[in-house]
Amino acid sequence: MDTLYYLVQNMLPVAIPLLLVALGGMFSERSGVINIALEGIMLFGAFFGCLTVYFVQGSGMNPQVVLLIGMLIAAIAGILYAMLLAFAAINMKADQTISGTALNMLIPAVILLFAKMKFSSDGITTDINFYMREVPGLSKIPVLGDLFFKNTYITIYIGFLLLLVSVVIFYMTKFGLRLRACGEHPHAADSVGINVHHMRYFGVGLSGLLGGIGGFFYSVGVMDGNVNGHTGVAGFGFLALAVMIFGQWKPWRILFAALFFAFLRTLAYSVALIPFLQNLELNQAFYKMLPYIATMVVLVFTSGKSRAPKAEGIPYDKSTR
Amino acid sequence: MQNKTFSLKSITKTKGFSSFTAALLAIALGLIFGFIVMVFALPGNSLAGFGRVLFGGFTRLGDVLYFATPILMTGLSVGFAFKMGLFNIGSSGQYTMGMFFALYVGFMWPMPASIHWLVCVLAGLIGGMIWGFIPGILKALFNVNEVITSIMFNYIGMYLVDMLVQGNSTMYISTKTRTAYLPASAQIPSLGIPYSNANIAIIIAIVIAILLHITLNKTTFGYELKATGFNKFASKYAGMSDKRNTILTMVIAGALSGLGGAFAILAPSTIAGSSMTYEPISVIASAGFNGIAVALLGFANPIGTIFSAIFISHIGRGGTLASLLGYKPEIIDVVIAVIIYFSSFALIMNAAFARFIKQRREKKLDTNQPTDNIKKGKEA
Repeated sequence: MDTLYYLVQNMLPVAIPLLLVALGGMFSERSGVINIALEGIMLFGAFFGCLTVYFVQGSGMNPQVVLLIGMLIAAIAGILYAMLLAFAAINMKADQTISGTALNMLIPAVILLFAKMKFSSDGITTDINFYMREVPGLSKIPVLGDLFFKNTYITIYIGFLLLLVSVVIFYMTKFGLRLRACGEHPHAADSVGINVHHMRYFGVGLSGLLGGIGGFFYSVGVMDGNVNGHTGVAGFGFLALAVMIFGQWKPWRILFAALFFAFLRTLAYSVALIPFLQNLELNQAFYKMLPYIATMVVLVFTSGKSRAPKAEGIPYDKSTR
Repeated sequence: MQNKTFSLKSITKTKGFSSFTAALLAIALGLIFGFIVMVFALPGNSLAGFGRVLFGGFTRLGDVLYFATPILMTGLSVGFAFKMGLFNIGSSGQYTMGMFFALYVGFMWPMPASIHWLVCVLAGLIGGMIWGFIPGILKALFNVNEVITSIMFNYIGMYLVDMLVQGNSTMYISTKTRTAYLPASAQIPSLGIPYSNANIAIIIAIVIAILLHITLNKTTFGYELKATGFNKFASKYAGMSDKRNTILTMVIAGALSGLGGAFAILAPSTIAGSSMTYEPISVIASAGFNGIAVALLGFANPIGTIFSAIFISHIGRGGTLASLLGYKPEIIDVVIAVIIYFSSFALIMNAAFARFIKQRREKKLDTNQPTDNIKKGKEA
């Protein structure tokens, strides 16, 4: 039972960044823009979030408040960075995969450049403790308290809150319906008076917001509040894309996909605690490859009947109506 | 009639010309951005530093050729897949695989000097091929997006190679966290430029580029490939097997990247008795991503790729030299990323620019020769 608690407690901080970033990808792609730049957006958000934490950490504020401030800055940074993709993809009708790749390449180099000049290191190191031993009161609940309210981060509750908000926006508002229409049939949407370019800007902007927050939460929950230009976010942006595809571009399915991947990754890093896996005596590298291999296997089974938005990746051109 | 042929000719002329000017525009914007960053970083040395970025490479011609070789291969790989409408972002993984296969043969299969390096190069080709084949077959049979697959294979390949290298006591020196020196027989013959690692691999790479150009433009396979890239459905209707062509394209693209890895690791060292080494530090090889920049700047044309590879290598050397003035070499990675960003829509920017000039010229014509314009209008 303790092993199970341990796995869940360690899985959630990994699952939340994946969940948020995949939700961001969902907003962008359902509006019709392929967002392969999620990796870069995450790193950009993490960079500014950590930079904020670095400057604020000495002021003696409550760590959880610092985290919230960092989150806000990360969200704004993510939106701004995503606007570069939106401009290229929507206004300039660029190849969305290529401009996304450029944005992914740009930010690690910028972080290395900045960190080497200012801190003489490969990234930003903060020393503030965001970790919570237990949530007062709630951790006393049997089972649930052990699973969700001990040895955890506040990021988890914010993550689930953002999931609920996303679901409401996506399915229960006029805006959500219009957004989805732009990804399926932009000409039809345009013919009833929806501004496709604006909706796509909103879609990419939301992906920037969630991507930036997700990147910062990765820094908090996985990297102990640090960011590094060499390792970046270790392909989490790309994994999130796979999570999104596995989740068939739908919020609740994305949640389960994110939990699945996070579980595999946590398993890979806690082999020493599980006697069965330790007895197999496999090389550690196998477990590190496991999430990526699992992604491949899952994609092989889900890509055949894939429900990708019909108009994704195609720049909207009014004159082709 | 005469007028018509003339105008057609001028269009074809401008098309080739415009892709060239578009590349130049993207490069100029990237360099300007780099200069701005340099001004903010260290204002005092910025002009001298920028001068080194631009012209420093000329003083290290051998190094430029040496560093151009692997990115020329990855650039050809990405560009070749582009022609088919595939985005081979997995070039890094294929490169790493090729490098490992070449290393393995170099260490584990002793052979006479004259053929050893050739066998190593071939091994690298096979390594890359395998890593290109898997995403290709997944795309062809299961319709898995090749971008996601090949990204996953970058990570899988990197961890796999690091594991295999670290697990092999002949290849790996754990106290130095790098591979041992390759035997001299496994190293590619040098070009003989003093103090540089330039070797005959650059000549092989250029020959491969020319062969690819011929394949693309003079063979049925090349024609089918380009046709599938233009319109998948039409070419399928015309009886071309897109499944077979997808797999073949990815295999060839993988082989090209694998060769790049082999060329990089098998290069001769300037110090006798040593060699290039590989450090398993869980970082994805950057050569693959630079290959994307090279392919885009060369407009996926194999001949254009030769020049763009040499250019990227040139500013890379310039960046290394600028670090003597206090700049970090990462500045070049920033410049390259900005160049890719702009080249993704450079053609459109270029077209807008051309339209602007044309409008101004027509305005001029309007005032100068009104009769000519009316005549044109009637013809249309």
